[in-house]
Amino acid sequence: MNPAPSIVFFTTASGAGYGLLFWLGLLRPLGIVPATPAFALVCLVLALLLITAGLVSSMLHLGNPTRAWRAFSQWRSSWLSREGVAAVVTYVPAIGFGAALLADLPGLATLAGLLAAVGAAVTVWCTAMIYASLKPIRQWHHPLVAPGYLLLAGYSGMALLAGVSALGGVVGGPASFIITLGLAALVLKLAYWRMIDGGDPVATAESATSLGFIGKVRPLDPPHTESNYLLREMGFRIARKHAASLRTIVLVGGFAAPILLALLATQIGGGVALPALALGALLALAGLLVERWLMFAEATHTVTLYYSGR
Amino acid sequence: MTCLPEITPGQKKLGLVIDLDTCVGCQACATNCKEWNSSGHSGPLPDLKPYSAGAEGVWFNRVHSYEAGEGADGRTVHFPRSCLHCETPDCVTVCPTGASYKRIEDGIVLVDHDICIGCGLCAWACPYGAREMDEDEGVMKKCTLCIDRIYNETIPEAQRQPACVLTCPTNARHFGDLGDPESDVSKLVAARGGQDLMPELGYKPVNKYLPPRKRSSAAATPQEAVPTAMDIKNPLLRWMDKVLTR
Repeated sequence: MNPAPSIVFFTTASGAGYGLLFWLGLLRPLGIVPATPAFALVCLVLALLLITAGLVSSMLHLGNPTRAWRAFSQWRSSWLSREGVAAVVTYVPAIGFGAALLADLPGLATLAGLLAAVGAAVTVWCTAMIYASLKPIRQWHHPLVAPGYLLLAGYSGMALLAGVSALGGVVGGPASFIITLGLAALVLKLAYWRMIDGGDPVATAESATSLGFIGKVRPLDPPHTESNYLLREMGFRIARKHAASLRTIVLVGGFAAPILLALLATQIGGGVALPALALGALLALAGLLVERWLMFAEATHTVTLYYSGR
Repeated sequence: MTCLPEITPGQKKLGLVIDLDTCVGCQACATNCKEWNSSGHSGPLPDLKPYSAGAEGVWFNRVHSYEAGEGADGRTVHFPRSCLHCETPDCVTVCPTGASYKRIEDGIVLVDHDICIGCGLCAWACPYGAREMDEDEGVMKKCTLCIDRIYNETIPEAQRQPACVLTCPTNARHFGDLGDPESDVSKLVAARGGQDLMPELGYKPVNKYLPPRKRSSAAATPQEAVPTAMDIKNPLLRWMDKVLTR
């Protein structure tokens, strides 16, 4: 599948923003992050900036962005529509959270923060299900895809939260969360890659053409000599050796390095904590951009069976 | 509305039956499809860079050719690929706007080009590659089963068929109601063992493909005619044969 930059950026940036919103709403009442309204406001603005930048970027992917409002109508059947509705609905408690903080209403702020956390989780789940529900793409129609989206959004959001917490002088709690979430995400991605590398195809050239009863089916003449939309959009394939090196970059840069930096921040602390956690957050986000690009580039669509036989 | 219409028994299911035995891969169906649909319900059907290298465009029908089987049992099969107007098409249910829909009255899957936002998700959801983006208008386009021909009362009744069916020189394409077991196409599918494409994905395609017929068994290996000496009437030649075979 073609890794469109607008979608790669959208899912990564909005994922991190929703992750940050989720942890902020959830952990603030538990006292794991700084309790000051200023801290919460900085995190909230950062989360909303990332979410909004991602959503705007996703509109760039549309052929007719001015009609985007129509996408809110089919939530009964479409995960994309559900995602749109959830994204817009989540703005309500998120903005309410900010307003309550500014108006110094701590009870209301806690409630709105928790509601925003729920909205964030639901929105990321809907995003994931857009991909996980597509049967022709076996690497996406996979049980680890939706948990992976949630976990990676949570991980990148936590990396950001820890960076801002360090500004407020709180290091230990968020940093230990980074280590836990990072290790979980690392294990999940390794398991996912192992499974998609070995998995059976959902269909074959024989079943796609109904000619299997004759024997093995091989493409002889293509229907057109030049490219087309299908080949550009669904036929994109990455060389295996590039995929292997990109996976290493994700594992080392996106997961291992931020985990080690979080460890460093908790063990040494002091002046090291803030730069370590800030660098960790940047590395995590950059690593996830590569991870999301790979998520597309490694996915194969059944339409290529008609063109290449595989 | 992108929820699928409820299927009732005896529901009309318009579709195509494509005979892989007689298709010769001439591309006439694809060409006539492009011609008709460039100006009909889906028009214009754009071409990118039509007069230079990299010419490509939106087509609703693509004719592939395959080799199937090995050796003496192997054969070349021409294979037209277009929308199968599935009974449970994910291209419809994934649509966020309601632009992609399945008609309850005849089961045709259509796109409302005035509503489509061009997100491309339906093309991802279609395992058969039946949908192609019109990158000029930013909307998705697909086979309409020539909805602007089959119900068109301004053209003679005999021509109220999809353009691809009308133009096929070998009569390899048939159009009709596959929901009616008594229709000509349903009988053809029953008689020839019509097949679904990728049935394992569960989209329940309406269009059926008739498998190439079994080839009649090959004749006994031809024997070279070797005349015996007695068969040679000319005495001179008979003598020469004797000398040469010595």
